[in-house]
Amino acid sequence: MLKRVLVVMVLLGALALLLAACGGGGPDTIKIGINAPLTGDIPKVGEGTKYAAEMWLEDNPELEVGGKKYKVELVIEDNESKAESAAKANTKLITQDEVLVIVGPQSSKQAVPAGGVANDLKTPMISPWSTNPKTTKDRPWVFRTPFLDPFQGPVLAKFATEEFGAEKAAVLYDVASDYPKGLAEYFKKAWEEIHGPGSVVAFESFTTKDTDFSAQLTKIKNSGADVLFLPQYYNEVALIVPQARQLGWDKPILGSDSWGSAELTKLCGEPCYGSFFSTHYVAKGAKGATKEFIDRYQAKYGYVPDDVAALTWDAMNIVKKAIQDCGKITGDIEKDRQCVRDAMANIKEFEGITGKMSFNEQGDPIKCAVIVRINDQGEFEFYKQVCPEGMQ
Amino acid sequence: MSATEFFQNVVNALQWGSFYALIALGYSMVYGVLLLFNFAHGDIFMVGAYIGFFVATAFLALFASGVGIITLPSWAILVLVILATMFLTSFVGMAVERIGYRPLRHAPRASAAITGLMIGIIFETSILAMFGAQRMKFPELLPGLASASQPTFGGVIISWQKILIVGVALVLMLLLQWFVSNTKWGMAMRAMAFDFAAVPLMGVPLNRIAALTFALGSALAGAAAVLYSMAYPVLDPYMGITVGWKAFVAAILGGRGSIKGAALAGFLLGFIEIFAATVFPSTYRDLIAYSIILIILVFRPHGMFGEEHTARLRL
Repeated sequence: MLKRVLVVMVLLGALALLLAACGGGGPDTIKIGINAPLTGDIPKVGEGTKYAAEMWLEDNPELEVGGKKYKVELVIEDNESKAESAAKANTKLITQDEVLVIVGPQSSKQAVPAGGVANDLKTPMISPWSTNPKTTKDRPWVFRTPFLDPFQGPVLAKFATEEFGAEKAAVLYDVASDYPKGLAEYFKKAWEEIHGPGSVVAFESFTTKDTDFSAQLTKIKNSGADVLFLPQYYNEVALIVPQARQLGWDKPILGSDSWGSAELTKLCGEPCYGSFFSTHYVAKGAKGATKEFIDRYQAKYGYVPDDVAALTWDAMNIVKKAIQDCGKITGDIEKDRQCVRDAMANIKEFEGITGKMSFNEQGDPIKCAVIVRINDQGEFEFYKQVCPEGMQ
Repeated sequence: MSATEFFQNVVNALQWGSFYALIALGYSMVYGVLLLFNFAHGDIFMVGAYIGFFVATAFLALFASGVGIITLPSWAILVLVILATMFLTSFVGMAVERIGYRPLRHAPRASAAITGLMIGIIFETSILAMFGAQRMKFPELLPGLASASQPTFGGVIISWQKILIVGVALVLMLLLQWFVSNTKWGMAMRAMAFDFAAVPLMGVPLNRIAALTFALGSALAGAAAVLYSMAYPVLDPYMGITVGWKAFVAAILGGRGSIKGAALAGFLLGFIEIFAATVFPSTYRDLIAYSIILIILVFRPHGMFGEEHTARLRL
């Protein structure tokens, strides 16, 4: 009995020490929350987020606001790549850690619900990677750095039409996840605007965690489609594309920005070579500040950064600009959050490493997309840039 | 649906059903002998996939042509990988039985079921802690298998991979059938299923038979894991959950304790899932597939080969 009591006491003591170590902060600290998928389905995305944020912290250990220096502290929370956990992580960052501003979550599946929490609790949030319109729609406290799916969908539809001369398209997407579902629908709409109703001959779906797609792919193969669109995350792409090839699908496969992970060609291998996808930036052949970022990241972590890392870098710098534009930190967290939000909403243009962005009233950037081809060595190769009308 | 599409899906369903069948056998055997649902079985399958990953990587480094010390043909490496993974995974099963279930043999059934769930979670999180959340790519055991010209039959692509998976699964099921019906150990398992209070008094060692049952079930799960990883080569710590639960459904559908039932129900489940996705919008696949199973169970509450008053192990 005594032994058990002792064990429990030692454990409690260790826990107390751990909690004490987690505290800190104080009036001269600016806390920035990071909400990232460190575990779960897309851990490489979480890793890129974390590394980019930590690299940014190296450059900005202190921020000067209104003549006074503040120490910067990152509070990184794992959202396990789940919608519920992302909302929970945001609540914790806001109410418990009292962060000034949140960067993340990355994918729309988490950013849509987490954005709701940030907006309700009046804390500015910027998602570096979420492309679904719902993330920022009617939410004055939520911002983002990537282009949107209503732009990405038509870009891809137009590209496939011009590049492959395709007339009929097939789509396979995860019906249980906001990002693929939204993008699949925007693509379908854009495609039918070009080729008329009924030109998307197969619109097939599955649910997260499925591994066998043979029934859907057999349907797609027999539908007479000229191109297959897969708005899925890299881990699922690595399962779907080889299965499609094995079932005899020899026509082009087209992807979206969720393909752009260093892990993709490692997991998928040869079947993915020769496919195209749209994304935010290309590491190969980059210039200027973008190249500087890539070289530094590669030297530090040993691999070429994904688009997520580059977008996170941009988001961190937008946060920095907003905090500095705000001009003063009062220590009253509610007032400071309001001030940073207003400053962020006032940024009209921003020159990031993922290109020039101009922000609209909704807090969404208008920027160019890049089409990438996976070449025969498995590298992401720049193929074409597509910009919104009136922008270069 | 054209004839080609129909037969293509029959071939697809045979592959998909093989996994359910192999895993369902593990559930059904353990229940048949010990009246216990081993809810850690799906995670034993997952651990098997990781064991397979390391065995395959090691064997490829040792025996593959050009790099290895001794060169073996790739089919021989594949056979060795399957056998070694089955062997090692059977120890995982025996460990689960020894640590998790034996101390609870006379505890209420619910405690044992909960233990299984907890062991499953422990497996998932330890794999996560050991190897991180990063997905692992299962090495290609038969290089060129996917790119070689595939056997086709009137437009239906049968593919070497599917032939291999279904073939190995059938061979293993026949071996199990032979073992349970023709060996002394198999007889002891069936005897234990009759009455595990009286049979030990006749000199049949209960603990050893329990360990053997877990070992056999886990070895099948290990083989399923290697085949599964060849077809779906992205490994993650949670890959066993859904497959495990669905195979459990197959075990119930087949009739608790029935070896023939578990194997057939596994394939049936594969067919229902594939054809539900083919005939109806794929969004409703699981909804329709599992409604059909619910209806079957309403009319045959003990499963296809179930018996009313007993769930003992039988062929």
